[in-house]
Amino acid sequence: MRLVVDLNRCQGYAQCAFLAPDVFTMHGDEALMYDPQPDDEQRRNVRRAAEACPVRAITVEYGDGAPAAGTAGASRVG
Amino acid sequence: MSVDGYLEAFRSQGRIVVVGASLAGLRAAEALRDEGFTGTLTMIGDEPHEPYDRPPLSKQVLLGKVPPDHTALPRRRLVDAEWRLGVAATGLDLAAKRVQLSDGDSVEYDRLLITTGVRARPWPRELEAELDGVFVLRTRDDATRLHHRLKAGPRGVLVIGAGFTGSEIASACRERGLSVTVAERGAAPLVGALGGVVGEVAAELQRSHGVDLRCGVQVTGLEGDAAGRVRTAHFSDGAAVEAEVVVVALGATRNTEWLADSGLGAGPRGIACDAGCRAFDVRGIVTDDVFVAGDVARSPHPLFGYQFLSLEHWGNAVAQAEIAAHNMVSASTDRRPHLWMPSFWSAQFGVNIKSVGVPPMADQIIVTQGSLAEHRFTAAYGHQGRIIAAVTFDQAKWLDFYESEIERAAPFPPEFPTVDRRPEGMQPVPAGFPDPSLPSHGPTVTLSGHSPTDRRITFTPRRA
Ligand SMILES: Cc1cc2nc3c(=O)[nH]c(=O)nc-3n(C[C@H](O)[C@H](O)[C@H](O)COP(=O)(O)OP(=O)(O)OC[C@H]3O[C@@H](n4cnc5c(N)ncnc54)[C@H](O)[C@@H]3O)c2cc1C
Ligand code: SF4
Repeated sequence: MRLVVDLNRCQGYAQCAFLAPDVFTMHGDEALMYDPQPDDEQRRNVRRAAEACPVRAITVEYGDGAPAAGTAGASRVG
Repeated sequence: MSVDGYLEAFRSQGRIVVVGASLAGLRAAEALRDEGFTGTLTMIGDEPHEPYDRPPLSKQVLLGKVPPDHTALPRRRLVDAEWRLGVAATGLDLAAKRVQLSDGDSVEYDRLLITTGVRARPWPRELEAELDGVFVLRTRDDATRLHHRLKAGPRGVLVIGAGFTGSEIASACRERGLSVTVAERGAAPLVGALGGVVGEVAAELQRSHGVDLRCGVQVTGLEGDAAGRVRTAHFSDGAAVEAEVVVVALGATRNTEWLADSGLGAGPRGIACDAGCRAFDVRGIVTDDVFVAGDVARSPHPLFGYQFLSLEHWGNAVAQAEIAAHNMVSASTDRRPHLWMPSFWSAQFGVNIKSVGVPPMADQIIVTQGSLAEHRFTAAYGHQGRIIAAVTFDQAKWLDFYESEIERAAPFPPEFPTVDRRPEGMQPVPAGFPDPSLPSHGPTVTLSGHSPTDRRITFTPRRA
């Protein structure tokens, strides 16, 4: 499983850190750090985190051929 | 054959070659398939790795939280491409529509996308750069080597250059408990990107985290021991600093040498393209089959006086790749302009730094919320009476609002009342950018004038 967070879009709401604390952690008050290649046992948590992110900043490739969720990095303007 | 007929045939059976298999190249390839391109797609990348993400390299990876090879980018979809990794493009024949490769082979294209990005500027004195313990940080392999050495607990680390990358490296070293000296030619860290007012806050952050920060100095030489390991750095003020690891963070150089004789408008500042991502040739005429995206591109932006902007921003690489891909397979009337609002983030010393717009264009700055002294604030940047950028330290939630202000060219100083406005935010002050005619390695946005064929390294005065 691989993931990336569009940190331009991320607002530091920390929902992901709450739902998948082994993958997403807050570094200081607002900076998000994450594991871009978490273990497969994190799959459920990561899926819930990606779905809960209010700005859809988390793109995940689950490695099972399923399409990636989220829209991280899509153009913001124009 | 009609032009429409050509486009249909191209979309179903054409050949697209992408040179540069990283963030922009991958996202473009995915977008091409999303757009319905079913022809052949060839991805050429000189690194041996599949596309990976660079921002974690100076953050999670140096902190030892993520192994360097755990940074491969997630795929948004299957791209069904032929990947030629570990092979560099060495030349381009525009007339024959052919890319030469380092293994002696060549590939023909109907449309070409160039996403060759930038590379770290090495330490200029070659023999010193070869000393054991001297590093740069741009690639996964760089990160692997540097992390390996940091893990061994070197007695002193020297970071040369306090732009974003240098500052993040210093931050990671301090978090690992290593003693760090940072040498910056400018008056403060980040001064080229964010100006002197915010640069002072960055300086305080470094010092309060135990960095031995030295500004206004240049490193004049690196000295090694008998075994060829770096030991001492000499500074322009006469000081000498002992270091077992030296990280050279002097900014980046565009990967355009392979295009030197191609006839494209490519040079040390990047490849000029129009708002539709089509490359200009050296005559200033836009091509119709060569497209550019990501760090290697210079493109004009209507919100910033139509100057060409060179952006070294993750978000720009993604957004421009999507636009380039769309335009590569669309009729001219269906094309879209790349009007992305420059945005980036940096995490250092526990603070989330974010920016929108083009701060280096500003003449004035005002702290609209929070306080510089508390390292938590929002600052708006003004240029000739309008807002052109905003920066937050741990106040990212306000940034969207400022982005919309920049888009509508709202007046500066801002007329709106803000929550948590402090006395220091009542009056605008000079933003404190260094003289733009002096070379600087700091900014991640470079304003590079109006000429599509400018191939010289010159710096455009900010208020020209
Ligand atoms: C350590 C680090 C930290 C960063 N942190 C942030 C951050 O916090 N926020 C942010 O917004 N941005 C950050 N960035 C910038 C961001 O990573 C870049 O903007 C992004 O990688 C640009 O993508 P790109 O695909 O345009 O270029 P690149 O990622 O540079 O990729 C270009 C690729 O082309 C290859 N190539 C070059 N020449 C040739 C050739 N002739 N033939 C074949 N292949 C070639 C290169 O080797 C490379 O693989 C960071 C960058 C680094 C290095
Ligand atoms: S839930 Fe989304 S916005 Fe919130 S911290 Fe995580 S990625 Fe950022």
